[in-house]
Amino acid sequence: MSFINYSSREINCKIVYYGPGLCGKTTNLQFIYKKTNPEQKGKLISLATETERTLFFDFLPLALGDIRGFRVRFHLYTVPGQVFYAASRKLILKGVDGVIFVADSQIERMEANIESLDDLKINLAEQGYALEKLPYAIQYNKGDLPGVAPLDEMNKLLNTDGSQWYEGIATTGTGVFETLKGVAKHVLLELKKHY
Amino acid sequence: MAGSDLVMYENEFKKIDEELQKLHQQANATVVFLVDKNGQLIASAGDTQNIDTTSLASLTAGNIAATGGIARLLGEKEFSILFHEGEKDNIHISLIGQRVILVVIFDHRSSIGLVRLRVKKASEILTKIFEDISNKAEKEKVEGKTTESPFAEISDEDIDNLFK
Repeated sequence: MSFINYSSREINCKIVYYGPGLCGKTTNLQFIYKKTNPEQKGKLISLATETERTLFFDFLPLALGDIRGFRVRFHLYTVPGQVFYAASRKLILKGVDGVIFVADSQIERMEANIESLDDLKINLAEQGYALEKLPYAIQYNKGDLPGVAPLDEMNKLLNTDGSQWYEGIATTGTGVFETLKGVAKHVLLELKKHY
Repeated sequence: MAGSDLVMYENEFKKIDEELQKLHQQANATVVFLVDKNGQLIASAGDTQNIDTTSLASLTAGNIAATGGIARLLGEKEFSILFHEGEKDNIHISLIGQRVILVVIFDHRSSIGLVRLRVKKASEILTKIFEDISNKAEKEKVEGKTTESPFAEISDEDIDNLFK
């Protein structure tokens, strides 16, 4: 649910990073934070436990520039990935404009990816959204680790709709901005359709 | 898309701004601001210079969302008022018309009683303004837009430029 303010000439959009625990959602945000000019970003807020596991959400506001005289702001959120934070995850999806699913490419995490993707679809449906109608991308993260599943196999398992996908190594930043850009573009094109 | 986007024009924004200024004054508050339930800052009044309003907006919305989750677990529809008391500053958060969140930050120069009273009055007026906004949006949906959309001509190039 975007917020378009004609008075201050701003568009605000919300993009949520979803995925199983330890897949690298927060790492994606940290990389974006690190690589963005200070004037384009706000504070990176992490509501995390003492062991740096996301407890509620991470939040990063980005103001990348203007389009047609409107300042475009993206609010990036991550959800807590661990299974038992289901109730919190649901809340973060409220009013979402675009979703990035960060999958953990390691073979032993495929079950967790599938479970998290199902959870995403259920939580979206509860709020009247359908994943296939939302701006959406998958990032196959941790591509640098040993024991990762082949890309076409992951696409068969996790991307049956043929959505846009990116390879990622969030720790070094590979694919991080590409994924964000892919979804952000969709979000803005949706605005074009509706307004 | 589920729900509808919030579109705010100059006129409504002015009315909201006036109402917040009034509340800021009458409640003797430090800062007053209005946040969308999704965490986006709509408007503010008072001394916001030393406050990171964007982060505050997002956290407030998270706070309301979490409290709403607790309410539903207990069989309540919503807890419509939250109040946090600090050593110096206090924060009064209330839901308006199920859609927006009104936040009032105040210190010893005001009191919870005064803030509650003024918030109640302002809420009624703000509820009406937001009803008008959604009615207007509905009307536009049915009758078509009266103003030219600035987004109709967004090009791939515009978007690519954002990510340079």
